[in-house]
Amino acid sequence: MQLTGAEIFLESLKREGVKTIFALPGGVVLKIFDVLHQQKDIEVILTRHEQGAGFMAVGSAKATGKAGVALITSGPGMTNVITALADAYMDSVPIVVFSGQVPTALIGNDAFQEADNIGLSRPCTKYNFLVKDVNDLAATIKEAFYIATTGRPGPVLVDIPKDVSMDKAEFTYPDSVAIRGYSPTYDGSRWKIKQAAEAIAKSKRPILYVGGGVVFSGASKELLELAEMTQIPVDMTLMALGGFPGNHPLSLGMLGMHGTYVANMAMHYSDLVIAVGARFDDRVTGKVSEFCPQAKIIHIDIDPTSIRKNVHVDIPIVGDCKRVLQELNTILRATVNGNQREFRKPWWDQLHNWQTEHPLHYEQDPDGQIKPQYLIERLYKLTEGRDPIVSTDVGQHQMWTAQFFKLAHPRSWLTSGGLGTMGFGFPAAMGAQAAHRNRLVLCIAGDGSFQMNTQELVTAVVAKLPVKVFVINNRFHGMVRQWQDLFYEGRYASSYLEQYPDFVKLADAYGAAGVRIEKVSDVDTGIQEALAIDGPVVIDVPVYQYENCYPMIPAGGSNHEMLLHDPPDLKKPTSTGKKKTQQGKDPILTA
Amino acid sequence: MEHIISLTIENKFGALSRVAGLFSGRGFNIESLSVAPTLDPSISMMTIVTSGEERIIEQILKQLNKLIDVIKVIDISESEYVERETALIKVHTRPEDRAEALRIADIFRANVVDSSPMSYTIEVTGDIRKVQAIIYLLQPLGIKELVRTGRVAIGREPTRTASTQSRPLAKVN
Ligand SMILES: Cc1ncc(C[n+]2csc(CCOP(=O)(O)OP(=O)(O)O)c2C)c(N)n1
Repeated sequence: MQLTGAEIFLESLKREGVKTIFALPGGVVLKIFDVLHQQKDIEVILTRHEQGAGFMAVGSAKATGKAGVALITSGPGMTNVITALADAYMDSVPIVVFSGQVPTALIGNDAFQEADNIGLSRPCTKYNFLVKDVNDLAATIKEAFYIATTGRPGPVLVDIPKDVSMDKAEFTYPDSVAIRGYSPTYDGSRWKIKQAAEAIAKSKRPILYVGGGVVFSGASKELLELAEMTQIPVDMTLMALGGFPGNHPLSLGMLGMHGTYVANMAMHYSDLVIAVGARFDDRVTGKVSEFCPQAKIIHIDIDPTSIRKNVHVDIPIVGDCKRVLQELNTILRATVNGNQREFRKPWWDQLHNWQTEHPLHYEQDPDGQIKPQYLIERLYKLTEGRDPIVSTDVGQHQMWTAQFFKLAHPRSWLTSGGLGTMGFGFPAAMGAQAAHRNRLVLCIAGDGSFQMNTQELVTAVVAKLPVKVFVINNRFHGMVRQWQDLFYEGRYASSYLEQYPDFVKLADAYGAAGVRIEKVSDVDTGIQEALAIDGPVVIDVPVYQYENCYPMIPAGGSNHEMLLHDPPDLKKPTSTGKKKTQQGKDPILTA
Repeated sequence: MEHIISLTIENKFGALSRVAGLFSGRGFNIESLSVAPTLDPSISMMTIVTSGEERIIEQILKQLNKLIDVIKVIDISESEYVERETALIKVHTRPEDRAEALRIADIFRANVVDSSPMSYTIEVTGDIRKVQAIIYLLQPLGIKELVRTGRVAIGREPTRTASTQSRPLAKVN
């Protein structure tokens, strides 16, 4: 049967099992929107900004493992979605973005709203396609989804000129894909896996350093088995949270710049690092020349370019984390002797010492201002049984959430790791909520970051996405202020957000609910009240403004040299100073 | 160290810019790059001359391999290979220099492919040393224009007798 390009688009997406498209129309994609408007299989969620659409696709993909889909127009639509593509590229998130393009005859003529979508997106996509002929459309869409979701996942862009969406072609959807330059390696080399098993059996101070790859490949079960069988402690990267149960006795928490003391010390003093689906990012390695000085390194990753990019690796294993761990577990089950707990005891004694020496720490004065960590910890405790999906923006609140919110399951954590994109949290949470209508979805936002995508509040209202956004409101770009405290002698250049909106009224203006929690004694009831509201809620939580996030490894520092608290000479107001907030005015700086 | 990388790549829209973008985006050196279709018109061969320490070269090879349009990557300089480059050199020739220009061309078995009263255009093909040498010798006469193709390279077939020593097949000039 002959179908138009727009109909082929719809039919192809149905074949890919797409349920939701996050979209914003424009001239060159109207034909596609028109077709989508006349069907019920795929829900179209109209966003208020293309960046929002991109992040919703990312949130949906992270929460489900299936490709998230966005549809946007040419020119400015495309440039607006770039941030989400770059974010997805850095964090290996499978999304497929469809962009409109001017008619093929006009490409290259500086036509109205023309942009070189392929050129713009090349450095921030895993692959991109310009469809020049409607006869290629179905096969291209098939390839796009295949590339996005296989191997190391990533974003793919499909650029569809207006005439291609209107032209007709015979529709057949291919069953399979063969791309001669693309065949990811899934099975690790047996010989290398055997070497890894031998190294693990011999090691006295091993550490599992696990990254987002564990989550993407669905290797949590295998990881848990490996850790429990061998009694090896687990350090998680920011991207791995939820990939191993955060409150498991073998979990040391997050490692890296704001990781726990024990997690970073364990890396530094280990004799064997078993990296699984992690990429030795500079926020984890610190100063590379002093990274894990005594350790042999095993590195399991599906992307060969990740291996030996930043650090030397002794046993490289290219393959899918899940399959490699299965194989490794099989060998270990047969070889590891019974009493691993006894064998690892000296190492665990040391680890427990580090744990008790410097646990995560903050002080909450019951009469003082709310500390951000307290709010986050209470939110964690109060929602523990409900298996929430948690998303964050970027900054201090993100690091505190990573530290205090101990997630039990994979795919329940949405955060912007590699690109560190403010404005990510709220739309990502909405995307996850769209995919999991019945789950509790929390967004822990910074007041700075939240303002980068607040326009999507109305999208949440219209699309009935009952996300609960907790704005950790410190009236600062807190993470910037922290660096200024520590490295710029407390000169707060452009980190103080002098004027800020009334977030409760803002929520109201958009048709969402707004709640404010101001007193420590109101935290629990305030949270419960907000969670009980049916629909999207913004919870404004004015917090103590000057709290800094520790531990901290200053950029370029070595992993065992952590700052654990503010330097004694740092002068700043205390949390018990003036308490009352007055909207629009700053309670402390104007006091 | 210098490496010559041979890429088999899809002959399609944007493939070249993906390779070029990879080098510029990651700060890898690129000394020369040449590309043309093969017998199979859907495939191109690309020869890239690059340099860097071993760790960087390893990354370059892996990153190239990761590109979806790249079908095969070979570090040609890892084993025996033949390389060639062609240069077109327009030499300024005063009447008293014309014989000298021809003599130099002759020594390098180069051809004069165009001539005017005040210039010769000389075509030379050879390995990088040969091309550099003729340019060096022609420079005193005055080079008006110089165009080079960039280097192309191809691996040598193993010798037919199963010799364990790697012995060049023939002398290359
Ligand atoms: C789009 C973007 N612009 C700038 C930055 C640099 N940056 C990193 S953290 C931060 C401050 C974030 O402030 P806020 O969202 O209020 O969170 P807080 O640190 O106060 O918890 C800034 C400006 C960034 N990460 N992303």
